[in-house]
Amino acid sequence: MDEDSGKRDKPGGGKWYELFSRGARDWLRHDEKVREAVRANLPEIIAGGDVINESARTVRVPVRMLEHYHFRLRRPEEQQGAGQGKAKPGDVFSDPSRDPGPGEKGAGGRDDGGVQLLLEFKVDDIVDWLWEEMQLPNLKARAGPSEESDWVREGWDRRGARSRLDRRRSFKELVKRRGTPGATPTFTDEDLRFRQLSRRKQPAVHAVVFFMLDVSGSMSDRDRKLAKTFFFWVVQGLRREYRSLETVFVAHTTEAWEFNEPDFFQVSGSGGTVASAGLLKVREIIDARYNPGRSNIYLFYASDGDNAVSDTAEARQALASITADTCYSGYVEVSSGVSRQLDTETGRLFAELHAAGCAADSYALNDFDDVWGAVKHFFTAHNQELPRS
Amino acid sequence: MSGDWQSYVRRIEELAARSGLKFHPVDFEAVPDSFMMEIAVYGLPVRMPHWSFGVRYIYQLIQRHMGHSRLFEVVFPGNPGHAYLAESNGLAENILVTAHVLGHADFSRNNLLFRRCQEQVSERIVEHAANHARQISQAIEAHGAQRVEAALDAALALEQHIDVDQALRRPPYPEYAEPPKVLVDDVFRKRFAALEPAAGAAGTEIRKRAPVPPHPEHDLLWFVAHYAPEMESWERDIFLAVREESFYFYPVFATQIMNEGWASYWHARLLREADFVPQQAYVDAIKCHSDVVRPIAAEAQVSLNINPYHLGFAMWEKIIAGAGGLEAARRIMEQDDDFGFVRNHLTRELAEELGLFRYNARADGQVKVLELDLAGLHEAILGPKYNFGAPVVSAAHVRNDGTLELTHDSSVDGRGLDLERSRKVLDYLHRVWRRPIVLTTINQSGNTLELTAP
Repeated sequence: MDEDSGKRDKPGGGKWYELFSRGARDWLRHDEKVREAVRANLPEIIAGGDVINESARTVRVPVRMLEHYHFRLRRPEEQQGAGQGKAKPGDVFSDPSRDPGPGEKGAGGRDDGGVQLLLEFKVDDIVDWLWEEMQLPNLKARAGPSEESDWVREGWDRRGARSRLDRRRSFKELVKRRGTPGATPTFTDEDLRFRQLSRRKQPAVHAVVFFMLDVSGSMSDRDRKLAKTFFFWVVQGLRREYRSLETVFVAHTTEAWEFNEPDFFQVSGSGGTVASAGLLKVREIIDARYNPGRSNIYLFYASDGDNAVSDTAEARQALASITADTCYSGYVEVSSGVSRQLDTETGRLFAELHAAGCAADSYALNDFDDVWGAVKHFFTAHNQELPRS
Repeated sequence: MSGDWQSYVRRIEELAARSGLKFHPVDFEAVPDSFMMEIAVYGLPVRMPHWSFGVRYIYQLIQRHMGHSRLFEVVFPGNPGHAYLAESNGLAENILVTAHVLGHADFSRNNLLFRRCQEQVSERIVEHAANHARQISQAIEAHGAQRVEAALDAALALEQHIDVDQALRRPPYPEYAEPPKVLVDDVFRKRFAALEPAAGAAGTEIRKRAPVPPHPEHDLLWFVAHYAPEMESWERDIFLAVREESFYFYPVFATQIMNEGWASYWHARLLREADFVPQQAYVDAIKCHSDVVRPIAAEAQVSLNINPYHLGFAMWEKIIAGAGGLEAARRIMEQDDDFGFVRNHLTRELAEELGLFRYNARADGQVKVLELDLAGLHEAILGPKYNFGAPVVSAAHVRNDGTLELTHDSSVDGRGLDLERSRKVLDYLHRVWRRPIVLTTINQSGNTLELTAP
């Protein structure tokens, strides 16, 4: 290890401290710990709605520097101190050092001054961690060429085509065999290593996800943001499964429109809620563009659930027709404030489907903290309850 | 460049010796700024690895980046002492710093607190700390970085909780309680003994096991290292290594005002008397001196912190100019720590002259200057220094099941502990104590409160 006594110099004249920075080493360890902490708190990070940039492949997470805790006294309401300068008893002023500045060390009783690090995480990494952590089962595709295979590089063998010779590896074998690198090396066939290819099965490539969002007057900005955050992670999850994932965004009030992704999340409408309008739009798009027999279709619908009562029958019918063609349909009820536990018009529709054994399920999303729960719910519940079709 | 100032070192040393400074030889070494910064962060040139030093390192980098701090020298007491000078120092700065270092060397050789701690720890703390660092990197190889880090998390969190009044190498508690003293003046016992002389005295004496700890124990690092029920020996070694370094740090912490003031006084005085220093270097050095002992940042009217260099410097000047002169000053330097120094020698006149004041700061940042009350001012200066700057937490009892009972003595500080932080410390500690831990403190309204881990 590099931890030396203070006196010893490295050979070559340079002092050891010119070659090695303990501060940097312990800084790296600190950052590692931060990453571990972030990883341990992924649900909360997912929840932070504003960490996600549009179409970004990274998530920026502001983190505070870690504190190594010591026993400290509670901070009093009023702190006494000693100062120096031109001040008379009775003078009142505001503490100039409280401007955002660098942290102050030592026993000032002051906090760390609030230095924040902005750590960037790859969305892929986060999704990997999530899947690892939750051991979310992979989704089973049900349509299309259900498996495709591809050649992937995997392992080495002693035989192979000349063009696949791995020189570095072969040389290592030679060195291993000879033991003494000093002697003139001669290769034998034993030493040669060739890169191997193997067939790797891939799930069906083609998937379409419909994101349907209720933008009626009753949906607040916060509701839409909740839905957006949830949708974001759903896309991430499905992208893991499908190399080409198409997304379709539909917003509806009493009418329905298709949007592109950036606009979709900006949309706000007014007026009532007619779910069947949206569902029919989805139906229409499926019929026009996708062959349910060859595509894996997913539907995620976010709404506050206040569907017009007069629409119930129509919505039920439209939904049934869609779920017949989708691999899975999920409903998130975003209702900020009150948690109504899915006891709404739309909620009941999905509950019926779920009870009937269709691949459909719902989740009540009341708060940003629930986003992770929702992701977990849909992606674990999925395989266990999805009837094999 | 570096050779330049070294030719002055010998002459400054001679001048210092002539002026009555008594110091062990000092090894001077010019090192890159980056290494200076690390020494400042770790407190020692080579020290054990821990991520919390990484945090300090980042803050230090930020501070340096913003031009807030510049390090000229770091000096370690010992025989010989070690002084590290920044390579970026100019000639004038190095001359000043050399004189400053000799002031520190004089202080650390003669101040009682330093002497005591050096007797305990040894005069070679730099080498000791490097040994600890090596011992810990060996532990990392043997037991893995995570387990070592867990032990260091706990040990370093308790680094202030030592008892400097005890010896560094303490014997364990007596295993058996002292037999209760027989009260000889008890009339009844006398008569009883007279009645039947053989009965009580010669009988088999039942020895009672002494409770652990026999008294509230402030030296938590020592206590945990010796009495944790399930700690491994290498973890105990880590606790003892941290404790030894804390014994070294204590005098540095507890005499900061005196020590920095003393060194500043001497660098100013030696510089005045050093007729061999070129005129330009002298002027530059004096400028540098006035920057160091400046009480208030240049543009500010008031400062809510007191610069220990400035305060100490002003106090020593006053003392040496006083009736006792240098002789009295040296006696004070040998015998006091900051507590005695400030209480005895920071007079009302001096406080007024320096414009020191006491203030109340509200949580919203509003500061109100209070009437000058000398005792109150002393307390405001010394308050953060009591008990190594930490709340008084002691080990009170170990239950039969190994549960550790810690008590926070709120009577001395009048406030409860910061609960969130304390819980985290208990979590650290629980990972090495491996049995439950209970900490008693008080809450906001003064009622007793128990924190537990796990």
